[in-house]
Amino acid sequence: MAVYKRNYKSYDGALTPAWSRFWILPRHAWKGLFRQRFLTIFYVLCLFYPLGCLLAIYLNANLGFLAQFIRVPDGGILEIGPEFFLTYTRVQGTFAFLMTAFVGPGLVSPDLVNNALPLYFCRPFTRVEYVLGKMAVIAVLLSTITWIPGVALFLVHSSLMGWTWMRDNWWLANSMVLGSVLWIFAVSMLALAISAWVRWKIVAGAVLALWFFLGAGLAQAINSAIDTQKGYWLDLGHGINRLWRDLFDIPERVETITSEEAGASIAILCALCLLLLWKKIRAYEVVKG
Amino acid sequence: MDPVIQLDNLSVRLGGRDILRGLDGALGGRTIGLLGPNGAGTSTLINTLLGFHPPSAGSARVLGHSILTGKNDIRRLVGYMPENDCFIGGMTAVEFVKFMAELSGLPPQAALERAHEALFYVGLGESRYRQVGTYSLGMKQLAKLAQSIVHGPKLLILDEPTNGLDPTARQRMIKLVKEMRDSGEMRILLCSHLLRDVEETCEEVVILKAGRIVHRSNLDEERRLNKRFLEIETHGERNGFAEAAVGLGCEFEDLGAGRLRLTLGEGVLIPDIYRIAAERNLQLRRLSHRRDTLEEIFMKAMEAPDGRL
Repeated sequence: MAVYKRNYKSYDGALTPAWSRFWILPRHAWKGLFRQRFLTIFYVLCLFYPLGCLLAIYLNANLGFLAQFIRVPDGGILEIGPEFFLTYTRVQGTFAFLMTAFVGPGLVSPDLVNNALPLYFCRPFTRVEYVLGKMAVIAVLLSTITWIPGVALFLVHSSLMGWTWMRDNWWLANSMVLGSVLWIFAVSMLALAISAWVRWKIVAGAVLALWFFLGAGLAQAINSAIDTQKGYWLDLGHGINRLWRDLFDIPERVETITSEEAGASIAILCALCLLLLWKKIRAYEVVKG
Repeated sequence: MDPVIQLDNLSVRLGGRDILRGLDGALGGRTIGLLGPNGAGTSTLINTLLGFHPPSAGSARVLGHSILTGKNDIRRLVGYMPENDCFIGGMTAVEFVKFMAELSGLPPQAALERAHEALFYVGLGESRYRQVGTYSLGMKQLAKLAQSIVHGPKLLILDEPTNGLDPTARQRMIKLVKEMRDSGEMRILLCSHLLRDVEETCEEVVILKAGRIVHRSNLDEERRLNKRFLEIETHGERNGFAEAAVGLGCEFEDLGAGRLRLTLGEGVLIPDIYRIAAERNLQLRRLSHRRDTLEEIFMKAMEAPDGRL
């Protein structure tokens, strides 16, 4: 219908498949996010470390070229193995957490402040799709700064070292992907739950950071007070580090909690976040009494 | 006409209180007005039909789909304009309406095209690139209307569409509702506290009180019936006039002090009344149709002890 006609007319055209509709949320959200200069700059900064790693991998494989400028040790400048990829996962995991603290609080709270949820749910769009869509905003963004460049580094190194190295070390790429995905899932669930309950973006960002740092502090306090290691159940950072070490087969220097316990603590946190989201993400709140 | 909404002993309990109590009936008008005082359950009924609240007993069907098993089918066919101020932050009106159209299943290109059309249709064409958050209350209402019709629903649910509008904006909203009604493309369920809005736009009206349907009527039918009732003020000798009126097939009642009430017989027109009065030299000083306004119907429903007329 031409605009000038200005009559009401129903729509009889094709519809998109229902399963694909949750992607509408991240598409629109990214457009809005990258309008913010600060976030764009930070995103670019997040890719500096992978670029540095890429350079290191290249130079490590071309020692002859490097030897023209500096004295190269016999074993090369660095060993590309579990330790290298664990450090990469840790560094990029930290950037991922900071990125979540910037992006996460603005995901659900504006919809609650502007009473927008009935507009979503009066359409063929469920609460599960809403949470999936909002989670995809963070998950895809964080994936592009964590495991995707990580896998690219692994493939570059494989291409330089040959098929045998790739076959023998394939588990490193698997560990990196699994470790990053676990971290992304945990922080995005936490960010969404906080965003659903704390309406002010700045406060929500602060609560997310506090959760991380206060959790670590509280864990240390409990450990010291009652002479135990179980306080680490509250330390999200320690828990994920424990899992990463296990995935990269690097033993802990000091035994704290087991990787099963670390996994359970993260699973409980995610379940709690889901419960909080489920209570809050609904078209209308029902006041009891 | 197939019923748009079929209520089958529908009850809803929220927060430990019974909000809707055993609603029954079929609503089939092109435009259905939903009336009730605050707390009567009108908004809860709308929310239940949209699947936001589960029924505690009974069920309902919207456009033939059960609210228990066909929520998605209902939501695909329904457009909803909520009562509260609601929008997506940080979006222009075009982005907002396009986003909503995409959520309803329209492909991006079609959604963009329809968003422009819907915004022009409701009268926001010139300001469609402004952030919705900066709109006045009236403009936000129109943006809400645009998002509710952008996907071409078969049933449009309007919850207090004229809330907070100035008289000009209200007139515009009423005109749009009438236009959509007359387009024949959709049915409309309009919930309002403003009886005039319902009276102007609706063919059928349902009045709720304390979670129960206390009155249902077809306004068109009532308007037609009211045209058969006349109240007349006369001066002069009335006996001959009364006999002549009865002779025409009218029913006659003398209210005293020169006032008469006539129920016109089949085929009797007002010029016939003028004629028999003139033949008997009776002065007609006032002649009016009985007008049982919606307000009277509503007040009667509210005053009745059990709420039923």
